[in-house]
Amino acid sequence: MAASSLSDSDKRKNMPLEYTTEEGDLRIVGFWIFMASDLVLFSTLFATYLILQGSIGNGPSAKDLFEIGPVMAETIVLLVSSFTCGLGTLELRRHNTKGLIFWFVVTLILGLIFLGLEINEFYVYSVQEGAPIHLSAFLSGFYILLGTHGAHVTLGIFWVICIVIQLAQRGVTPVTARKAFMAGLYWHFLDVVWIFIYTAVYLTGMVI
Amino acid sequence: MIKEYKNTAVKPEPKGFPWKQVVGLFLSLALTFLALWVALGLSLPVPITLTVIVGLAIIQALIQLFMFMHFTEGTDPSHQMMGIAFGLFVAFAMVAGTLWIMAFML
Repeated sequence: MAASSLSDSDKRKNMPLEYTTEEGDLRIVGFWIFMASDLVLFSTLFATYLILQGSIGNGPSAKDLFEIGPVMAETIVLLVSSFTCGLGTLELRRHNTKGLIFWFVVTLILGLIFLGLEINEFYVYSVQEGAPIHLSAFLSGFYILLGTHGAHVTLGIFWVICIVIQLAQRGVTPVTARKAFMAGLYWHFLDVVWIFIYTAVYLTGMVI
Repeated sequence: MIKEYKNTAVKPEPKGFPWKQVVGLFLSLALTFLALWVALGLSLPVPITLTVIVGLAIIQALIQLFMFMHFTEGTDPSHQMMGIAFGLFVAFAMVAGTLWIMAFML
């Protein structure tokens, strides 16, 4: 920005490790642009779901299907995992490799618990309740929106595992710091998407 | 090959209790349960309930963005702010526009 007399490379010298190289700095901006585009992807799925919410055909409605208990369990697990991921980023800023790996592993475990709960929820709905994806437009929209989020979480789990391995091998360097920071951003982003699923799908479904 | 090196020029964050993260967690949990109570505990008219819970979700998203995601960092954070603002605009136009147009069809 014009107000500052410092050049970008001077500013980088006083910034956290992941920003200290021009490449790291630019890649983090690029990752924000990716998250903006992913936001648009999810908005199309939200729009589709909200339009099809009432098209239940012979299948169950949202009110018949949803149960609040498992939904709250998923929500709390994901919120806490976002918190532990934030603690990981804090340890990264303290250049504490062991602390960072510890909190990333906790985040991974919570992510796996979340996935298990979601897979169980899909199983209960589609097999036990007899409401599979092809039964109604509402169910197609529901499984595709939540499935896309679940696929993102699955990808995030594999990504964080790879980063934990690199951190164990190399410690915190400008390159591994950038990777760990970006994976953290991605994890928080998935939590933001879930907040809107919780509100627009589950709570709305139980109100209308 | 990417050159990797140990950088000691950057001051590490101070030790101490991670207040920001803990406050962010409790605010998120509080807003989640508040939305649950508004939706299922109160019997407000449906449009009011929906407005309130969407408002609470937006507050919670902003908490994640500013308390956990270091949104205002970088050599020039206006780049990512413009990107995210445009993404939010397109997402809003997509959802609100779809609901608005389809309200005439259904």
